[in-house]
Amino acid sequence: MRSNMSTFSQSVKVGLFLGVRQLRRANRSTTILIISIMTFTFLNLVVVSGILVGLIVGGNIANRNQYTGDVIATTLSGKTTIDHSQNFISTVAHDPQVTKYTARFLVGSTIEANYKTRTDFSNKANSIGGQLTGIDPAQENNFSNISKYVVEGKFLEPGESGYIVLGSNLLDRYSSSFGDSFSSLKNIYPGDTVKVTVNGNTREFIVSGIVKSKVGEVSLRSFISNADFIQLSNRTNLDVNEIAVQHATTITDNEMKQRLVDDGFDTTAKIQTADEAIPDFLTQIKTAFSLLGNLIGAIGIVVGSITIFIVVFINAVTRRKFIGILKGIGVSPLAIEVSYLLQSLFYGFSGSLLGSIILYGVLVPLFNAHPLNFPFSDGILVADVPTTLVRIVVLLIVTLIAGFIPARMIIKKNTLDSILGR
Amino acid sequence: MITATGITKTFKNGDVITHVLKGIDLTIHSGEFVAIMGKSGAGKSTLLYQLGLLDDPTTGTIVIDDTRTTDLSVAERTAFRLNELGYIFQDYALLPELTAIENVMVPLLMQGKTTSEAKTIAQASLTRINLGHRENNLPSQMSGGEQQRVSIARAVAHNPKILFADEPTANLDSESGQAVIEIFKDLHKQGQTIVMVTHEKEYTVFCDRVIQIADGKAV
Repeated sequence: MRSNMSTFSQSVKVGLFLGVRQLRRANRSTTILIISIMTFTFLNLVVVSGILVGLIVGGNIANRNQYTGDVIATTLSGKTTIDHSQNFISTVAHDPQVTKYTARFLVGSTIEANYKTRTDFSNKANSIGGQLTGIDPAQENNFSNISKYVVEGKFLEPGESGYIVLGSNLLDRYSSSFGDSFSSLKNIYPGDTVKVTVNGNTREFIVSGIVKSKVGEVSLRSFISNADFIQLSNRTNLDVNEIAVQHATTITDNEMKQRLVDDGFDTTAKIQTADEAIPDFLTQIKTAFSLLGNLIGAIGIVVGSITIFIVVFINAVTRRKFIGILKGIGVSPLAIEVSYLLQSLFYGFSGSLLGSIILYGVLVPLFNAHPLNFPFSDGILVADVPTTLVRIVVLLIVTLIAGFIPARMIIKKNTLDSILGR
Repeated sequence: MITATGITKTFKNGDVITHVLKGIDLTIHSGEFVAIMGKSGAGKSTLLYQLGLLDDPTTGTIVIDDTRTTDLSVAERTAFRLNELGYIFQDYALLPELTAIENVMVPLLMQGKTTSEAKTIAQASLTRINLGHRENNLPSQMSGGEQQRVSIARAVAHNPKILFADEPTANLDSESGQAVIEIFKDLHKQGQTIVMVTHEKEYTVFCDRVIQIADGKAV
C-alpha cells in the first residue's frame, strides 16, 4: 500500500515537473491562442446567460425603483381602496426602517384630446381609457425619480393644479409598436388641453409633460396632483390605492413586509414584496431565459472542450515518440497523464481567470453604466459570484476530461511502436 | 547477467507474417561489453528491444539476474526498466522542452529522489561526460554529439545494471562517435554491463564480445 502511494506521489511529482516545463517552454503564440479560446468559452458561458437573465432582472429592478419599491400595498380583491390608508401611511412615515414611501390614488378614466377642433362626429373621438393616478408630486418624485423619465415638457410641480402628465404609451407617436391593438391619443404635446372624465365628472387639464419609461405602470398611466384627483373623482375620504415603500438596507424585503403584517395592515391591503409583485409570466420568462443561456453556454463548453481535446491530441500525437521514450526509460503512464492534465488545467484556469477579470472588471460595470436598450427593459449583465464559480468548476472539469482522453489514447499505445513511430 | 532462451519474434501485418527472430539463445555476463552486429533487417535492434524489455518476445524467456522478466506485468516491467536498465537511442531521444540537466533528472525523480538529490546526481553525471557547462541548455542548443552524451548521462545517472545502446554513433560524425565510444570504454572499465547494437565494425574492437545476427539467428 505504502509502495503504491509512493509510486503515485512520485508519478504526480514527475508529471508536474514535466507539465510545468512543457507549459513554460511551449510556443507563446499557441499558448495565447488557446487561452484566448478558453477565455471566450468562459465569457460565452457566463455572459450569454447573464444577459438573457439580465433582460428580465433589469426590468425587475426598474419595476422596483419606479413602481413597487421594496414592498407594495395594493387594494384587496373586491375593494376599491385600501381602507384606513392614513393609518398605514402614518405608520410607514414613522417607521425608522422606511427610507421612502409614496401613496397613489388610482381610478379608471377617459382622456380625450382635440375635442375643441373635432368637426366630424361620425368618427371616433381622439380619446383613450386608462388609469388616472393621483400623487404628491414631490413625494412621488423623491420615491421613484419619475421626473428623470419625462421626455417632453416637465413633471408636475408641488402645489400646482390643472396639469396632467401623460404616460408615453398613451400617445400615438410613442406606441406605434402596439399597432391597432390599443387606441392612443394623436397629436398631443405639452401645453395642449385634454378632457379627463372620471365617474361622469369631467375636467380639463393642460398637458405638463410626457413620461416615458419601460415600466408599464408608469408609461401607461396619467398623473395629476392629489388635490386635483380628489376633486375630480369626488372621493369622500383619503383612502389611496397603492402605497409603495423602500426600506433601509439593514432589513430584507420579507422583514419589511412582516413588519407591516405584524401591524395588521394585511387585513386592509394586499402586501407584497417587489419580487412577489412581479407577474408570474416574467418569472417564467426569467427561468426560460436562464435555461436558454445555459444551453447556449453548454454549446460553448462543448466547443471549448473540443478545442482542448484537439490541442492536447495534436500535442500528444506529435509528441508520441517522446511519450514512448518516457515510458521506455521507466516513467509511469500516470506521470505522463498528469503532465497533460496540468496543461489542460492551466489553459482552463487561465481562461477562467482572464474571463473573470474581463467580466467583473469591464463587462459588468459597463453594462450597469450602459444597459442594453431593449423595448421592454434596460438589460444588465447578471453574473453573481456563486453561479460564476460553479461555471468555472464545470469548465475546469470539462477541460480536464478533454485533456485526459487524448493523452490516455496516446499513452496506451505500445511503447516501442511509439518510440519507433510505427 | 542476462540469459535469453529460445527468443522468437514474429510480426503480423494483415496476412503477412514476418519471423524476425527465430530462436536466439544467449548469455551476457555482468560487466561484459557486448556488441550486436548484423546486416540491415537481420533483427539486431529487435533483439535489443526484447533484451531491454521494451518489447515482448513472441516466445522464449529472458532472465536478468534472478528476475524472469518475461513473466513481469506491464507495470513491473516499467519499474524494472526504471531501476535496473539504461537506454541510449540512435536519435538521442531527449525531451526537447527540458534542459540537459532536467532530461537527466527525470528518471531520478521517478525513482523517488528529491529534486535536490536528483539535481546533484544529474550534475555529477553530466560533469562525468564533460557536459557540466551545458546543463542549462535545451537539446536544440546542442550539437548531435553533445545530445548523445546527455542521453548517456541520463541512461547511467541511476547506475543501471545494464546499459542498452541502439546504434548510438549512427547519427554522429566520426569525432563525436569516437567520444561516445570513449565514454562507453570508461563505463565498461568501471564494471558497467553494456549491450550495444552497431553496424560500425571499428567500434567493436573495444568490446569483449560480438554477437552476429543473421536471418534472425545468432551465428
